[in-house]
Amino acid sequence: MKYLHLIWAALFRRKARTILTLVSIIAAFLLFGMLDAVRTSFNQAGQSANGAQRLQTGSKLSFIQTLPQSLEAQIAQVPGVKMVTYANWFGGAYQDPHNQVFSFAVEPNYIDLYPEIEVSPAERKAFDDTRTGVLVGEKLAQRFNWKVGDKIPLQSTIFPNREGSKNWTFDIVGIMHSKDKKAGGFYDQLLLLHWKYFDETTPFNRGTVGWYVTRVTDVNQADRVAKAIDAISANSDHETRTQTEQAATANWMKQLADIGLIVGSIMGAVFFTLLLLSGNTMMQAVRERTSELAVLKTIGFSNHSVLAMVLAESVLLLLLGGCIGLGLATLIIPTISAGSGGMLNLGAVSGSSWLLGIVLMVLIGLLVGALPALRAMHLNIVDALAGR
Amino acid sequence: MSLLTNFLLLLLVVAVMVIWVMLPWYGVVALAVLFAGWMMFTRRGQQAASVAGVGISTLGQRIGSSAVIVIGIAGVVGVLVALLAMGEGYAETLRKTGSDDTAIVMRGSSAAEVMSVLDHDSVTLIPQAPGIFRDAKGQPIASPELVVAANLPLKGGSADDEGSVQLRGVSEQAWAVRPNVKIVEGRNFQPGMRELVVGKGAAKEFAGLEPGHTIHLGNQQWTVVGVFSSGDAMDSEVWGDANVVADTYRRGSSRASVTVRLTDPKAYDAFKAELDGNPQLKVDVDTTLDYFSKQSEGMTKVIRIVGITVGLIMAIGAMFGALNTMFAAVAARAREIATLRAIGFRGVPVVVAVMLETMLLALIGGLLGGLLAWLIFNGYSASTLAAGTVGKLSFELRVSPTLLWTGLKWALAIGFIGGLFPAVRAARLPVTTALREL
Repeated sequence: MKYLHLIWAALFRRKARTILTLVSIIAAFLLFGMLDAVRTSFNQAGQSANGAQRLQTGSKLSFIQTLPQSLEAQIAQVPGVKMVTYANWFGGAYQDPHNQVFSFAVEPNYIDLYPEIEVSPAERKAFDDTRTGVLVGEKLAQRFNWKVGDKIPLQSTIFPNREGSKNWTFDIVGIMHSKDKKAGGFYDQLLLLHWKYFDETTPFNRGTVGWYVTRVTDVNQADRVAKAIDAISANSDHETRTQTEQAATANWMKQLADIGLIVGSIMGAVFFTLLLLSGNTMMQAVRERTSELAVLKTIGFSNHSVLAMVLAESVLLLLLGGCIGLGLATLIIPTISAGSGGMLNLGAVSGSSWLLGIVLMVLIGLLVGALPALRAMHLNIVDALAGR
Repeated sequence: MSLLTNFLLLLLVVAVMVIWVMLPWYGVVALAVLFAGWMMFTRRGQQAASVAGVGISTLGQRIGSSAVIVIGIAGVVGVLVALLAMGEGYAETLRKTGSDDTAIVMRGSSAAEVMSVLDHDSVTLIPQAPGIFRDAKGQPIASPELVVAANLPLKGGSADDEGSVQLRGVSEQAWAVRPNVKIVEGRNFQPGMRELVVGKGAAKEFAGLEPGHTIHLGNQQWTVVGVFSSGDAMDSEVWGDANVVADTYRRGSSRASVTVRLTDPKAYDAFKAELDGNPQLKVDVDTTLDYFSKQSEGMTKVIRIVGITVGLIMAIGAMFGALNTMFAAVAARAREIATLRAIGFRGVPVVVAVMLETMLLALIGGLLGGLLAWLIFNGYSASTLAAGTVGKLSFELRVSPTLLWTGLKWALAIGFIGGLFPAVRAARLPVTTALREL
């Protein structure tokens, strides 16, 4: 530690070069921070403690197939089930069919199963009392500039109403806030309407349900409960498939893209380039300082401390650039999420990303410094001072 | 003074980049010819060529630091081209699925086939519209189809690991509407039987989709009897007899869409006008080309934005790497350059020589990156849940010449900026100071 200022001075001996290298390292770790945020948000979707307690039951045939509403009473009787609710995909779109809105037609107790959604008691009551009422997520309301009390037209891309028109009208009675700002992106985008109103208005639904959501009393019993729920309709014409919310979401994400592979290969290319680039800088730095290093050795620095000092210098370079880069990523990501109008929801740079990043910085620093450091260690004082 | 020149330099860089982005390939060729002419036929140009020759001939001695530029830029171009190839392959697969002489009819304001429901009356009414091509027997070529999703186990996953595949219930006419779809293995399904033919892409993604195997759809057993190939998005689907599929999914006699073959692309307007004007029908008509291109829009845009963002950040990194190397190279040759200037060489040849050297390295890097991307990723198959379908869509990455050209342009742009500042510095170094150094 006492040599820190010596290492620091060596690092900034040539300011221009060090700064240019730093910018490259910053760029690499900025990219790392952003891509890792994407990867984590993919991996962590649905991985909350609340998600583990919820089971999703859909048709075994496919996710677009509906189930009879009578199943609710049967599921509620399965031991270990605390609460059950159901929902339908509404397929809403605002103004343009391509402006899709996540909209579910739900039973009023739907919100009770999602403690991570916050709705004020007054607005909750208003929702229960208003047949055409809808609750909208905070970000969704921002996106379309909606306020409580607005009457909004919504097209359904799937269901016409009784007059055969796709245009439905709803009253906004409340705003949903998600408790956990970091993980709650999805609920902020959601629109909930009454299943009852939906079912009575469209001639196409006829009392069917898209999927059931069950909350179990004990997480450890989730598998047993899931099997018991599926057993109810085994061999009927509406067999079900029940999964924990975690498993279901992970399955969707996996089908969407193999994010791990994409992120991994990009980062591989980036770090390989970085290795070469900062390696070159360190080589130059040590070559230039040959005589200085010889002087250090002459006045009594051991071979190993010279080795350690060069290594420390390259690790410091990487740590400096890397931390600035990751810091930048931390600052930029919320702006991107906000700027994309809710289309992209990236989690902040997490603790584990920072940890992984710092491990990478140290590792790359050591790798990069290895060759120049060995060279410095094996330096022959006489030859070096003579400039041979 | 120095601040002003730096500012002007920055403006120049921005201007050059803007022009560069918009320059078509023949513009670049013209520029290169012009430049070569200048080098060959003017005094300054000849001077520049000889100075550049000296720099380039010593590249071998600086192989380590030159490699930084080459590999740095190769990395940028490789990643950029690979990501853009993903978007290109995806869009291409969907675009190929449609054509302008077939039209698709769905219930009004349905965003995708799977969301649409046409009742039996509409399905019988639509083929009577004018403009539809008729076969030898005088039958209109119109294919009413049902589109649903099926959960099937994914290949290489555990038994519980299920994915979604788009299942299309079709009749004989489906093959007439899409002549590019051919059975490549096994046979076609028999009407009325629980038999399936599977697309080549679907067979790759899901377990058990080989001819002769039985699979479960819900609690029913279906037999896979053949594999078909179409070279487009249909490859990711599974087809069965429409009536049997409707039965399994309790859809009665309704269908999702009707796809028709038009007599020629010009017949589309009359066909659409007729259906729009019919009060018994509430349908949307689109050419399949429009329909499928629209489906790919959102995803392609996202992939493009991601690709360019990642490319830009990497480019910044590579650019500073190049700056670093070239500043070092210029510093190492400060005396040579000063000597040249002392014996009467002007600034321009020196600037051009350094730039030329950097851009040459950048060009090599760009070619290398493009080549790597092409070798590794051209034809690489990927899959995603596509917008507008309810199944995994498999597609192949496509490294097209246009993309390679884009990559090269990026490489040269990075080389330009990475070389400009060191070059200007070399030319502006006071001769006396440089000669006295060391």
